[in-house]
Amino acid sequence: MTCDEAEVFLHALLDNELDAGHARDVEAHMVGCQRCAAQLRQHRDLHEAMSTAKLHFSAPANLRMRINAQVRATPTPVPSRRTMLKGFAFGSLLSSAVAASLMITLIRSDEDQRNLGEVISAHLRSLQGEHLTDVQTSDQHTVKPWFNGRLDVAPPVVDLTAQGFTLVGGRLDYIDGRAVAVIVYRRRIHVLNLFIGSGASSERGIRTETVKGFNVKFWSQQGLNFWAVSDINAEELQEFVEKFQTVVGTGPNGPVRHNRS
Amino acid sequence: MKTNPQYTTVLNFPQRPPPPTQTAGREVIVDNATNHDPGKARCFREAALPHLDAVYTLARYLLRNPADAEDAVQECYLRALRHFDTMRTPAIKPWLFAILRNVCKAEYARRSVVELRDINTELDRSESPAPVWTEPQETPEMAMITKLDGETIQGLVASLPGVFREVIVLREINDLSYREIAEVIGAPVGTVMSRLARARSMLREAWIAAGGQPK
Repeated sequence: MTCDEAEVFLHALLDNELDAGHARDVEAHMVGCQRCAAQLRQHRDLHEAMSTAKLHFSAPANLRMRINAQVRATPTPVPSRRTMLKGFAFGSLLSSAVAASLMITLIRSDEDQRNLGEVISAHLRSLQGEHLTDVQTSDQHTVKPWFNGRLDVAPPVVDLTAQGFTLVGGRLDYIDGRAVAVIVYRRRIHVLNLFIGSGASSERGIRTETVKGFNVKFWSQQGLNFWAVSDINAEELQEFVEKFQTVVGTGPNGPVRHNRS
Repeated sequence: MKTNPQYTTVLNFPQRPPPPTQTAGREVIVDNATNHDPGKARCFREAALPHLDAVYTLARYLLRNPADAEDAVQECYLRALRHFDTMRTPAIKPWLFAILRNVCKAEYARRSVVELRDINTELDRSESPAPVWTEPQETPEMAMITKLDGETIQGLVASLPGVFREVIVLREINDLSYREIAEVIGAPVGTVMSRLARARSMLREAWIAAGGQPK
């Protein structure tokens, strides 16, 4: 890595936006280059000084009132199903657990259908170009820590090479506007994407769908939702799910929820 | 500084489609967007109003004037409400910022010819900074980054040229990821990276100069 490159990449390193491989490259460059190391130090100080200083402005109260008045609607009747869907899209803003659970029963099928579409799209995207993995390794102990600080859950990462599914790596993706972990496996020449998101469905068992020739298995386990997507046949995918469930259920790598500080 | 699209390949995040851009003129918007659908207005309020301070902060830094910032934020929320149905991005905050940025560009366009040049060179075309910001001959690598008070830092940020000011504010003050910044400014992530590197270098030099002066 040249100094010119390092001068740009050091910022991505500071902002925690580099993948593990490039982060190592930048750090290796810093060891050998005092000038760049000094720059990194200064920029880290700068970054910290800015994050502790009070640099925000508060919107004046009359501005807030004006906007509120403009947005305020006539007294709200029963929300339509459509607006409830919209509301669910901003689920984090809904404070009432009761309202949320009501909505889940109302719109469960819509949401599932949409998620299914998104999972397939994400799978297709991952097969194009270089988007398959952000962290590329067959070592589960490298993949798992990579997700730290990137997600509000710790996804279980298990190596199923012995069972015929080779661990290739992991990446972040988005389903329904939320960051999810993706663990990437290979079966012969086929790619298998395992999407892991927070929030568990109340459904028991494994749901199977076939969309555009791809097989999808959805299940919930230990407070997490799982979607396994691949073009391998349904029996092999079933085999994967069963083996994965067995290893996660018994292994030491059960999910531990941790809060992002 | 030239942009390097290949940087994007090493980042954590996949590229997202560009954000919607609202370029409605400055016509008076009759507040009828809300009258038809009170449920929509309520959802919008719940989703968008918590970000009011963040949007206002960005407006203050982009326009450098409290009164203009207030007008821009109000206009931004009106446009956002009108286009709330068409929002396709996963998070509302970058979407609001993108709308605000368009409003600010329109505001700049209304201003004097001098400032019109300012915004065009600052927000659209030029990657090269104003001459005052050329790299000094010797980069003060050994200088200490001293603590400065918030007001001084705000002044330093405000004095950066627009393209660099906005990435600094979006990253350091509004805490957006590179991908979100790319969405807001409608540029590739590689451009975000190179601009941010340049912006921080400028800020660092201004910071060191400010820190060295007795107050």
